[in-house]
Amino acid sequence: MKFPTKTTRGGVVAAVAALALVLAGCSSSDDDTDAGATAGGGDDGMATEANLDIVFLPKNLGNAYFDTSNAGGADAIAEFGGSYSEVGPQEASPDAQVSYINTATQQGVGALVVSANDPAAICDALNEARDAGVKVVTFDSDTNPECRDLFINQATAEGIARIQVDLIAEQIGDAGQVAVLSASANATNQNAWIEMMEEMLAADHPDIELVEVVYGDDDDQTSFDKTAALLQTYPDLKGIISPTTVGVSAAARYLSTSEYKGQVMLTGLGTPNQMRAYVEDGTVEAFALWNPADLGYLAAYAAKALIEGDITGAEGDTFEAGDLGSYTVGADATVLLGDPYVFDADNIGDFDF
Amino acid sequence: MTLTDSRAAATGFASRTLSLLKQREVGIFAAFALVVIVTTIRNPNFLFSNDGFRDLLVTPSLLLLVAVGQAMVIITRNVDLSVGSVMGLTAYLVGTLFRDFSAMPWPLAFVIGIAFGGALGLVNGLLVAFAKVPSLVITLGTLYAYRGINVMWTGSDRINASDMPADFLALGTSSIARIPYITIIALVVLAAAGWYMFTQRAGREYYAMGSDPDAATLYGLKVRRRLITAFVVSGALAGLAGVVYAARYGTVSSQVGVGYELQAVGAAVIGGVAIFGGSGTVFGAAIGAFLLITINRALPVVGVQDFWQQAVVGTLIIGAIVLDRLAANRQERQLAADRESSRD
Repeated sequence: MKFPTKTTRGGVVAAVAALALVLAGCSSSDDDTDAGATAGGGDDGMATEANLDIVFLPKNLGNAYFDTSNAGGADAIAEFGGSYSEVGPQEASPDAQVSYINTATQQGVGALVVSANDPAAICDALNEARDAGVKVVTFDSDTNPECRDLFINQATAEGIARIQVDLIAEQIGDAGQVAVLSASANATNQNAWIEMMEEMLAADHPDIELVEVVYGDDDDQTSFDKTAALLQTYPDLKGIISPTTVGVSAAARYLSTSEYKGQVMLTGLGTPNQMRAYVEDGTVEAFALWNPADLGYLAAYAAKALIEGDITGAEGDTFEAGDLGSYTVGADATVLLGDPYVFDADNIGDFDF
Repeated sequence: MTLTDSRAAATGFASRTLSLLKQREVGIFAAFALVVIVTTIRNPNFLFSNDGFRDLLVTPSLLLLVAVGQAMVIITRNVDLSVGSVMGLTAYLVGTLFRDFSAMPWPLAFVIGIAFGGALGLVNGLLVAFAKVPSLVITLGTLYAYRGINVMWTGSDRINASDMPADFLALGTSSIARIPYITIIALVVLAAAGWYMFTQRAGREYYAMGSDPDAATLYGLKVRRRLITAFVVSGALAGLAGVVYAARYGTVSSQVGVGYELQAVGAAVIGGVAIFGGSGTVFGAAIGAFLLITINRALPVVGVQDFWQQAVVGTLIIGAIVLDRLAANRQERQLAADRESSRD
């Protein structure tokens, strides 16, 4: 009885393996021919007129943040009469974007607007695209600088620090104790921002005292408990700055049902969906982040300027970005969106991310 | 309240082991009271402000739920390391249901959470009972498996407060007669588990299994069924904790409950549940949960710097166990001496 079972199994394995080989062979040869044919087609397109076929490639699909940014990009492309499309992986894994980049290259699109899941993993694919004449703009999350033509930076560290200091100073009347609820103690971005905020407070707001920086580890529960501890430890606390989306929403959740609601002001970097409940119930007056719609809008105009040859990505190049006005390319082929955007009760309803 | 319960129940079974256990709980409760008193002296807000009093009761309640289930599993000489992942998966399931079916009445969330957690616990129980692999290994596997499913399903998504009904969220922070609802839920669960473990035949059999699994089998106890029940209860309580988490924190990401398994084991062990089974009480585990969480909350209030807090907590856990161990050893020697003298 044993012998026939074994052979059957072996037969199945062999058949599967053979099938796999055949399929692999087919698909790889298909790829080769396609690549050759469409690359030629792309060149033809370039020769006739500017190819304003712009593809947005977010980190993953179904992500509300990128839905917002890419809608901004689609608006811009509709304004200047290009054609917009969006492709992307279901999951934000490092190399998931490679196949989409390859497909866009083969289709000979005008430009790719990418938010990179990994700074290095998609580099080769992007450079192949550029060799085939596709302009590459990164936004939100950059690749290594040598793999793209332009990076649209949402905000500078200084701008982020400045807006939070301004918001808290305005909310507490420019005097009193404030504390910072950060991410983890070794979070590079947050530490840089906090250092700048400390300098700005010392220089411009002598009556505001920063009593403590606590770390919520970007964990809802830890941030929540740290907020409770801050409020108990400093009865005279006037404000909390939380430069991390997890921290600011956890702190808002605690404050919203605390006896200190309305007495201790809270601001920081948050997303509208996370903060909506707390802005509506009055716990939080205003918080900051960049506007992803503007980011996508600017990225689309930057792609257009690259395609039409108005800019090459060299420092000092300038281009027009529709309603947002004129932008200049900075060092390392980077364009800065501008100051962070302030969300409050009046405008939070306009956003869904 | 928990203490009087345990004492009343213990006198019913006035055996030497149980009176020893009672002592352990008294010691842990004294440590808890000490932490509260010292912190309150340093900062009266810790106990006397509205927020402070509420947080003192509500914050440990989540861990209490998980620790009670964990204690029941540990008493059978097993361990359930998957509770944190069960909690996370349940919290996200409930959050997703609220978001996708906004008409869902919130009490249903509790039913679903407990049932789903129980089902995940059943998987653990069946694997441990039938695969004959130590529960440490099985539940370490499901710890990663459940969390993996959670991360795959959730991705970078997040359930926000505005996705969940206001009544449900209010449950997480409101009180009746200054006792938070969450604490009431936890105490009801504790009372039920305590009643089961002390007075019910099945509950007593957990101790028998933990003391000597082979003897329990030879004696004809339904070892396999008890084992599965223990894991189902542990899973169901972790599921309940997941629902309570969503209500209290108002936000659910893929990282809910990470590390809870070790805190739950820690709470049970601090509370006098022997890690090799057979002794300890769910009340001890509950007090252990209160002590562990309250120490965590007290340290920032008394001004211990952030970086040192975890080290201090670790030292205190070891200290509590060593002290507890010394006391237990002395008691044991005393009992042995008594036996000797009574024989003479």
